[in-house]
Amino acid sequence: MTDAAIARAGPDHRAAFRAATFGDALRSEWTKLRSVRSTFWALTATVVLGIGLGAAISAAAAHGYAKLSVSGKLSWDPTGVSTSGMAIASLAIAVLGVLCISSEYSSGMISTSLIAVPKRGRVLAAKSLVFAVVTFVVGEVTSFTAFFVGQALISGPAPHAALGDPGVARAVVGAGLVLTALAVLSVAAGTLLRHPPAAIACMIAVLFVLPGIAQALPDSWRNPVTEFWPTQAGSQLTNVYHSAHTLQPWPGFGVMCLFVAIVYAIAWTLLDRRDA
Amino acid sequence: MIEAHGLVKRYGSTTAVNDLSFSIRPGLVTGFLGPNGAGKTTTMRMILGLDAPTQGSVTVDGRGYRDLPAPMREVGALLDAKALHGGRRAFDHLLCLAQSNGIPRSRVDEVLRIVGLEGVARRRVKGFSLGMGQRLGIASALLGDPPVLIFDEPVNGLDPDGIHWVRTLLRALAAEGRTVLVSSHLMSEMALTADHLLVIGKGRLIADTSVDEFVRSSSQQSVHVRSPQAAELAARCREAGATVGVGTDPDLIEITGLDSAEVGRLAAAHGIILFELIPVKASLEEAFMELTRERVEYQAAGATR
Repeated sequence: MTDAAIARAGPDHRAAFRAATFGDALRSEWTKLRSVRSTFWALTATVVLGIGLGAAISAAAAHGYAKLSVSGKLSWDPTGVSTSGMAIASLAIAVLGVLCISSEYSSGMISTSLIAVPKRGRVLAAKSLVFAVVTFVVGEVTSFTAFFVGQALISGPAPHAALGDPGVARAVVGAGLVLTALAVLSVAAGTLLRHPPAAIACMIAVLFVLPGIAQALPDSWRNPVTEFWPTQAGSQLTNVYHSAHTLQPWPGFGVMCLFVAIVYAIAWTLLDRRDA
Repeated sequence: MIEAHGLVKRYGSTTAVNDLSFSIRPGLVTGFLGPNGAGKTTTMRMILGLDAPTQGSVTVDGRGYRDLPAPMREVGALLDAKALHGGRRAFDHLLCLAQSNGIPRSRVDEVLRIVGLEGVARRRVKGFSLGMGQRLGIASALLGDPPVLIFDEPVNGLDPDGIHWVRTLLRALAAEGRTVLVSSHLMSEMALTADHLLVIGKGRLIADTSVDEFVRSSSQQSVHVRSPQAAELAARCREAGATVGVGTDPDLIEITGLDSAEVGRLAAAHGIILFELIPVKASLEEAFMELTRERVEYQAAGATR
């Protein structure tokens, strides 16, 4: 553009004209996320389900402890029990993650967003980073609260855990980390599939249906699935007791992150190449 | 300045835009005119980097849209006023767009005032009427105070006041030296708003001309005559090289190729009595229909004449 053209258009504020940055995109995505009601409700659901279900499961499991078999008592994992509500709560995060991009496709907002920020990778990166940070904060708050509430309910009828016990702090922090990885996966799924119902159905399949089906399969099929299915592998990070046919905590989480990275790379490439 | 060179967009076997080349100059309102399905929106989406051309290229001030460092400062666009999240408040909708390009928050209040939506800034846009939605879309296009503006059917759904407001705004923006491209399928609207016209039909450029020239070159002028000696007058006119149409009423003929003065003189010279002598100028709408008749994508069977 020539100086003459700018001068003719003449707006004074163009003196402050500078190139748009990734930081600008982050601020924009934060405004988008906080300015719709579904964010508030989904995060509330995550906290309430994570803590409430965790408390209910902890209380019930603690009362059943006395009747457990010897092997059941050996594999007793009070940390994993107290944060187990987060597996259900993760559904709320998955739905919100899918919606924060696919609702832009269903409403048409995506055109407006990509006109504002035509560097599409920047939009996806900013959106995922903002949502991942929010999920991480909410996830850790939920996880720690659920842990302390759960241990208070467990202590008495059954052996409970303390944060200082081996592997416990890692498992409690891990519950928030797994939720964060899931958040990034759901943004990628929403980007790939673009239709909210399809993407949500897909996330439910990944989280609940396929692992559930695996339980009905013969051992020779079931074991590799429990070992390597991304969400199953990732969840090892949230347990203190290590059961058979599962990966170690950090390698398990690594498998989950690798899966997320692959899906994310595909989503990134397609977003960049497809017509919006 | 928007420049397109040999733009082509194909979807499978359908060609939506076919070898389109044009340049849109600053300081004018350029009307982008064509029937529904002619390829207007597709062309605008290619200018804005949303859809990739199958062939050819389009630049804004010499650069591809996706290479602009701060796009909203250089191009303002309104494609679809309903393309927003209904649960978001008007202010937040504009704020998230402004932030993405480092535009200060004070500018959001400013554009809300320009479009007259400051009173509903805190309302969720789901409850907005079509007209309010169009105003919000125009507000978002103005956020960066850009030298180039692109509006896709901005008066759709507006009441007469709103239409007048948009028309005045577009003219004012062009008068400030900006490049203004506005699409419409209504010739009558463009006649009042635009200085220059790009007419397309079935994805092809039909005309790239000033509004005045367009009307002059494509409108057919004719003369309607009522006379008890219509048959004789028709014969005389044919001798003079005109084409004469005769309807169901034998006293009424339509003459093309002679103007009303020539027909009047001819009648006087032959002693023919005239009851009515009416020069008929085709309206812009008719000129446009004439030009695009062959190129309408979807045409009702009964309308084909």
